[in-house]
Amino acid sequence: MFATIISKAVEQGIPLLFGSTGEILTEKSGNLNLGIPGIMYMGGSAGIIGAYLYERAVQVPHPALCILIPLFASLAGSALLALIYSFLTITLRANQNVTGLALTTFGVGFGDFFGGSLTKIFGDGGNLSVKTSSDYFKTPLPFADDLGALGKMLFSYGFLAYLAVIIALAAAFFLKRTRAGLHLRAVGENPATADAAGINVTKYKYLATCIGGAIAGLGGLYFIMDYTGGSWTNGGFGDRGWLAIALVIFALWKPNVGILGSFIFGGLYIAYSYISGLSRSSIAIFNMLPYLVTILVLVLTSVRRKKETQPPESLGLAYFREER
Amino acid sequence: MAKQNNSHTVHEPLMQVSKRKSMEWYKSWLVRIAAVVIALVICGFVINFLTGLDPISVYKEMFEGNFGTERRFWIMLKELAMLLCVSLAVTPAFKMRFWNIGAEGQSLAGALACAACMIYLGNKLPQGLLILVMVVSSVLVGLVWAVIPAFFKAKFNTNETLFTLMMNYIATQLVSFCIVFWENPKNSNTVGIINSDSMMGWLPSLGGQKYALCVLVVAVLTVAMYIYLRYSKQGYEISVVGESQNTARYVGINVKKVIIRTMAISGALCGIAGFLIVSGVDHTITTTTIGGLGFTAIMVSWLAKFNPVIMVLTSFIIVFLECGASQIATAFDFNHSVADILTGIILFFIIGSEFFVNYQIKIHKRHKEA
Amino acid sequence: MGEASAIELKNITKAFGNKFANKDVCLTVNKGEILSVLGENGSGKTTLMNMISGIYYPDSGQIFIDGEEAVIRSPKDAYKYKIGMIHQHFKLVDVFSAAENIILGLEDEGKFDLKSARAKVSEIGERYGFAIDPDKKVYEMSVSEKQTVEIIRVLYRGADILILDEPTAVLTPQETQKLFDILRHMRDDGKAIIIITHKLHEVLSLSDRVSVLRKGEYVGTVNTVETTENQLTEMMVGKKTELNIHRDLPVNTAPRLVVEDISCINREGATVLRDISFTANSGEILGIAGIAGSGQRELLESIAGLQKLTEGRIVYNDPKSGEQEDLRDKTPVEIRDMGVRLSFVPEDRLGMGLVGNMDIVDNMMLRSYRRGKSMFVRRKEPKDLAEDIIHRLKVVTPDASTPVRRLSGGNIQKILVGREIASSPKVLMAAYPVRGLDINASYTIYNLLNEQKKNGVAVIYVGEDLDVLLELCDRIMVLSGGSVSGIVDARTATKEQIGLLMTKSREVKNGEAK
Repeated sequence: MFATIISKAVEQGIPLLFGSTGEILTEKSGNLNLGIPGIMYMGGSAGIIGAYLYERAVQVPHPALCILIPLFASLAGSALLALIYSFLTITLRANQNVTGLALTTFGVGFGDFFGGSLTKIFGDGGNLSVKTSSDYFKTPLPFADDLGALGKMLFSYGFLAYLAVIIALAAAFFLKRTRAGLHLRAVGENPATADAAGINVTKYKYLATCIGGAIAGLGGLYFIMDYTGGSWTNGGFGDRGWLAIALVIFALWKPNVGILGSFIFGGLYIAYSYISGLSRSSIAIFNMLPYLVTILVLVLTSVRRKKETQPPESLGLAYFREER
Repeated sequence: MAKQNNSHTVHEPLMQVSKRKSMEWYKSWLVRIAAVVIALVICGFVINFLTGLDPISVYKEMFEGNFGTERRFWIMLKELAMLLCVSLAVTPAFKMRFWNIGAEGQSLAGALACAACMIYLGNKLPQGLLILVMVVSSVLVGLVWAVIPAFFKAKFNTNETLFTLMMNYIATQLVSFCIVFWENPKNSNTVGIINSDSMMGWLPSLGGQKYALCVLVVAVLTVAMYIYLRYSKQGYEISVVGESQNTARYVGINVKKVIIRTMAISGALCGIAGFLIVSGVDHTITTTTIGGLGFTAIMVSWLAKFNPVIMVLTSFIIVFLECGASQIATAFDFNHSVADILTGIILFFIIGSEFFVNYQIKIHKRHKEA
Repeated sequence: MGEASAIELKNITKAFGNKFANKDVCLTVNKGEILSVLGENGSGKTTLMNMISGIYYPDSGQIFIDGEEAVIRSPKDAYKYKIGMIHQHFKLVDVFSAAENIILGLEDEGKFDLKSARAKVSEIGERYGFAIDPDKKVYEMSVSEKQTVEIIRVLYRGADILILDEPTAVLTPQETQKLFDILRHMRDDGKAIIIITHKLHEVLSLSDRVSVLRKGEYVGTVNTVETTENQLTEMMVGKKTELNIHRDLPVNTAPRLVVEDISCINREGATVLRDISFTANSGEILGIAGIAGSGQRELLESIAGLQKLTEGRIVYNDPKSGEQEDLRDKTPVEIRDMGVRLSFVPEDRLGMGLVGNMDIVDNMMLRSYRRGKSMFVRRKEPKDLAEDIIHRLKVVTPDASTPVRRLSGGNIQKILVGREIASSPKVLMAAYPVRGLDINASYTIYNLLNEQKKNGVAVIYVGEDLDVLLELCDRIMVLSGGSVSGIVDARTATKEQIGLLMTKSREVKNGEAK
């Protein structure tokens, strides 16, 4: 029972973890990318489209390609959207909020359109479903079944779940312990200082935003290929993209805290079904909790004004050298 | 100090970008129109790719979708009115440089209050009084939803973008919470058409057109908002605070008060939008009653440079695309999301075009030895 | 060490537009030597140093490092030549620790090792006598600690030539002494040090030689032991130039604004005003002179109701009622509601006095828009006023509905001064009202101020050009480090006298008092 709850919470949390890790990297460069929901949508839809096209093209899909093609399609799709965002906000200095929201409109539209109509375009009919590839994505670690409850809690997930945790840890290490991480943080805090210190601000912003976007897109990929078993429903991804942004705040811009946070958010998402005697209305209250807690964190940190827990100082602002 | 501004000109890079001091208004509009035209051409090709229609007939079809029949025309007008209403609502806040991304939630909260009145008071009050109560409660709830983040912004400088964003989803969940109690029929998890027999709390039709009153209200609001921002003292204060808080302090404007007051207005108008949607259009409430208008409105308002009159135009562009694309989608049995793709493409181009309005690019010839 | 030159500048010239910031400047700094570069505000010191540190590139002239010609095109190039500059405005990331800031931007080969960086930082600290905690966050640091981080950053990168741009401007006397000890230590270690300053006693106590710049031109270099404060002042301010600004004798003067012992602490906790007392009389122009940042801005802002004071009173004598009002800690609106007619032309024209994106008409009503009970603004009077100012002051603009930011500096200033005068003030404060203006526009402003003086207004004029102050004002109050270092009669005072007062710092004054 307990193990089931944990594993369900983790499954709910993984897409958020990808999303928040990606957004943390992006925000650390000073870019508030509100296009993350669209990017995650794109990551999912590009992945399933890739899988569908591949499964459709061959008689017997190869296991490795069943994984690699959606993976690559997902990364490319979401990085491309992030690149559009970067170009508009960094090179053309457009307003970040407006650009991000436009990106979300586009990404969600793209996902729902192709997710919903691809089979029709190819004349296959029916729902978009890639069961074969999805099964490869869902393959748990081999020894999961042998270890009982512990195995279920720790080893019952597809490889993307482990990748999410690894990426989050790597991102935390990168930000805290590497030179490039230090430089990236400087860019997000004070681009003029970073520039004066000889750091290429534009390069860092582009790279962080695009890599962050690609990571966030994996959240969409996990959701569609693993969580839902490879079948597309329009709007199925729900508000997970925004939850991922909430998680960034909840985790105080620390990817390693995001791991725990994602499981807590995921737990809140499913907790109602494991608490007996709850009415349906309580589900809504439980779903509200992540946002309420995030607001609480946001307010508390701004009241305490502790420098380390503030958003990156130049978050949301375009940097233009000549304007200093 | 002034001298330091043109630092780093040492390298004499090939391209140098600098801020324009000014651009004639007609030139800047030419740039924007060019951007829209290019975007429309690209959209035409995208649709052509998907449907095989040539771009000209695509746009003809889209035009049909908006103006083809009287019914379509009124639906387009209604969509335009709703989008414009929310756009008007976010505008004072944006003009003050307060990034209110929470119009979606503020409108939804207003809509929820409106629906609650219809459900609980529908058979207790006479129609006129009921509608009045609905308006007042929608406005109040929308206002509260907006003032909460404004208060924390003014008091603790809490990031308003993130705060208002979170408030959206709290509103959404609040609606799903209420739906459980209001659902009709039981276990359908939807509210159904409220007061479908008595039509209590429904906005009356005007001249036989059920959306006419909504359109009229929004038209009045547009003019009112234009006047408020352009001619009222409060509107003037909003501009000063938005342009420079330093100047605002210099002339003795209480910046905190203006922030809270302006967000109250913003939220109240969102409440009205919620009211219009529930009482005038949908007669029901779902978690997606606002349907993303709150986010689209941000772009509408920003593209119009926060000018309510120009917002009529920018919201028309978006509504035209949506209604047109939905016509194409119906005609070719596609999914309606194609509208979002087109809107996205157009927005990217308009957003990008602002760069060429605000900045100029000088291309240097290579110096031999600088 | 001896006389080997570390860096030598030959005929360096740099112009911005058609204005020379540096013209044929020659400088030499030897190894193991401290050279002071002395000059008034705008004499081109910072521009010159920016050329050495790679921020600007000279139009003509040569730079030699260790006897060989060097081309410095970027801060990176400067580091390559072992030149390090400590800017007046620190370039540090607040949430980073000292060590993180010090290694920021370095692309060392090998792995990223904060631990060895910390060790190296501590080692540099010990070597030169800095006390520094490498893990302390910048936002927790005092100004002097931040400066220390900047200096160590430069040393960490192996700089042999250090340039410090007004390093003592933000320091307390004790901190200044400590800094000087460290600088002497570095000199003995063979470093070449250039320090930009305008504090004469510091020049005399610290440096080996002094080079003086005036209005972008190189005046000369003297050995510190062979010079005096008077000689340096003369070199710095130059001969008096006649400007022929019209000046009437003040008539019917009466104390209008009496400032009594005011003190003020800024947001960083530094004392920016200290026991300032003076009286501004009606029908008189009171000039305020001083090195930039000596408290001028804070003084005017506290009178205008924009600064909280820690001590003192600001008494306004109402000429009509004869009543006295204390303006201390009042808001601008409260001050106006008390019937005090105070106008203020702030230094930051587009960031404070005007709104750049608004048109001239809307800028006219910034101060007056509240008038009347209606909820709507009246644009009739502001429009008339705008037209009137455009016409009377010959503002060059397409029309009154042009955004202010599109106008030239002089026209912007005419709009601002015009508006402030239009409310027929009893006290008019103007901070650097002719900065950046051409001759004609400047004289327009002088005439306007003189007109106000004739109307019985108490005019307070903060300026930087001593020639102007001496010819325009009736009395001149000199500020130095947030205190009044003297009040002189502008008709009899000399440039040197004011120059000396400006550069006189607190501890010297105290010393004299004892």
